[in-house]
Amino acid sequence: MVRKFFSGLLSGWAKYEKIVWIVAFVFALVFPVLFSSPYIVNIGVLCLLYVVLSLSLNLITGYMGITTLGHAAFYGVGAYTAAILSTRFGFNFLLTFLFAAIITAVFGLLLGAPTLRVSGRYLSIVTLGFCEICRIVELNWMDLTRGPLGIPNIPAPELFGISMDEPFHKYYIALVLVVLTVIIMSNIVNSRVGRGIGAIKGDELAAGAMGINTTNFKLMVFIVSAAIAGVAGAFYAHYMSFIDPTSFTFDQSVQILSMTILGGMGSIPGSIIGAIALTAIPELLRDFMEWRQIIYGVILAVMVIFKPNGLLGGFNLKHIRQRDQFAKAKEVAAK
Amino acid sequence: MFFQQLVNGLTIGSTYALVTIGFSMVWSILQLTNFAHSSFYMLGAYFTLTIMMAMGGTVQAFFLALVISVILTAVLGALMERICLRPIRERKAIGIAAMLCTVGVQTTINNAILVFFGSETKSFPDVLQLGRFRIGNVIVTWLQVVILVLAVILMIAMSLIVYKTKLGAAMRSVSQNTSAAHLMGINVNFVIMATFFLGTFVAAIAGTMVGMYYQAIDTTMAAATGTKSMAAAILGGIGVLPGAMLGGIIIGVVETFVASYISSGYRDAIAFLILIIVLLVKPTGMFGKKAINKV
Repeated sequence: MVRKFFSGLLSGWAKYEKIVWIVAFVFALVFPVLFSSPYIVNIGVLCLLYVVLSLSLNLITGYMGITTLGHAAFYGVGAYTAAILSTRFGFNFLLTFLFAAIITAVFGLLLGAPTLRVSGRYLSIVTLGFCEICRIVELNWMDLTRGPLGIPNIPAPELFGISMDEPFHKYYIALVLVVLTVIIMSNIVNSRVGRGIGAIKGDELAAGAMGINTTNFKLMVFIVSAAIAGVAGAFYAHYMSFIDPTSFTFDQSVQILSMTILGGMGSIPGSIIGAIALTAIPELLRDFMEWRQIIYGVILAVMVIFKPNGLLGGFNLKHIRQRDQFAKAKEVAAK
Repeated sequence: MFFQQLVNGLTIGSTYALVTIGFSMVWSILQLTNFAHSSFYMLGAYFTLTIMMAMGGTVQAFFLALVISVILTAVLGALMERICLRPIRERKAIGIAAMLCTVGVQTTINNAILVFFGSETKSFPDVLQLGRFRIGNVIVTWLQVVILVLAVILMIAMSLIVYKTKLGAAMRSVSQNTSAAHLMGINVNFVIMATFFLGTFVAAIAGTMVGMYYQAIDTTMAAATGTKSMAAAILGGIGVLPGAMLGGIIIGVVETFVASYISSGYRDAIAFLILIIVLLVKPTGMFGKKAINKV
């Protein structure tokens, strides 16, 4: 009975997919107006930030099937790029976003290169190593990053002389980033490139045999995903106005990965839901303080045991819609 | 100086080797990166210290605590397999699912230790009072000798189990082909639980030894050692026991030398550098066999 409820829910969603998107977007637009307390708006900003990160990771892990544990490295590189450029050279936030994207893209290329030679479980450890090396360099290269002291006083985003210091200003910038990311991801995923990536996930050898340039696709995905994560990092830098290497650890990578996987591999709405859920739940659990992380770990383990592919993993709304339409048409034709 | 660092490196390296054994075995049998392994390593240290202090902190208390703690931790490791990993296996989920589950367990255990034992560094009193001796310029503590000898004994024991017993043969066959092992009448679930038990057993001992060696335990022990054991496992070749041990020792030695001659800040990064170099040059590790990828 529960199953019927959920499949009915999914069919309904599939049928009204566009309307659901519009409703969600409108809700996101008015969210800071509805809940004007700065605390809640800040949670909203964090949710949006993690949505961007989770979406970018989904491109590599969900759609292409490569488990990477180093995503926080891209996040960190973007953040540090933005921080250094804005505090030392006075770059405007739009420029820092741009440079963060470019420089992180280069790092994406660096991490993508080993994936060509190594695969599977070995790869997850290489990516872990990449993440840790980035963090340790950030921690020790005092001249560039001020090491454990971090970089303080990162200016808030400024446009036409207006400083966007309020939480709800930052919320809308984050929302713009989310919308851009969703558009970019949809375009990639629904194109020839997206199908190629899916083919690589299914069976890399076969994909190569079918003429898909797996090398190029892999590198491209890493570059794009890294660039998006880098922009998210740049936003984080301007949002927090202080960064240090402890925000960009392996644990952070795992957090992002768990949001992606819980939400559903290869599902854009899944990543969004997963990110929001896994950002909001720890906040709601804040009252429990030290038990928070324990509960988080238990939730993670339990969710993976019961729903290994994620909440929306493997659910292709377009397919569900077409299947329902077909079943309906068959019914009509049978009469 | 050189030989001093060599002795130190060998000591810490042999503890890494012990942790790597369990990690490598689970990897080869289940194709699973067990992130929770290092948590059990830390848990063993905490259990030993707590039980020992609860019993008065004497030498007898230490040995009793060691036995209890190690068995307890090993049981918990096998329990994790039974409760968390077996259902995932039975549902035939994708590989990442099991890995993510171990990450969840790792988070749970690490933070449970934080909550129940406190975040401050706890000192591990030197109950054995073994003293030290000198060889030329090198000062060697008897504790270092004990750790080295114990590690070697454990490694030999594990090798004997894996290569000379029926259980070991079962483990090796499960790692080669799980379905075929099942068809041959091997109780695969039991073998997997036994692997976890043994691996965690050895890791818990390693945790206790590290606590005794540095005379302190804290909640960050797991993180650094976890990643190093991963690097050691790959360096030595997955599933090859002597390789795992040698990998651990090499990483311990190299790390100690780098920390003393170059810079101690980059200490933890060394394991990863080694790892990446190995993966780029010889991905199967020192002793690993190249797996033929059949289409």
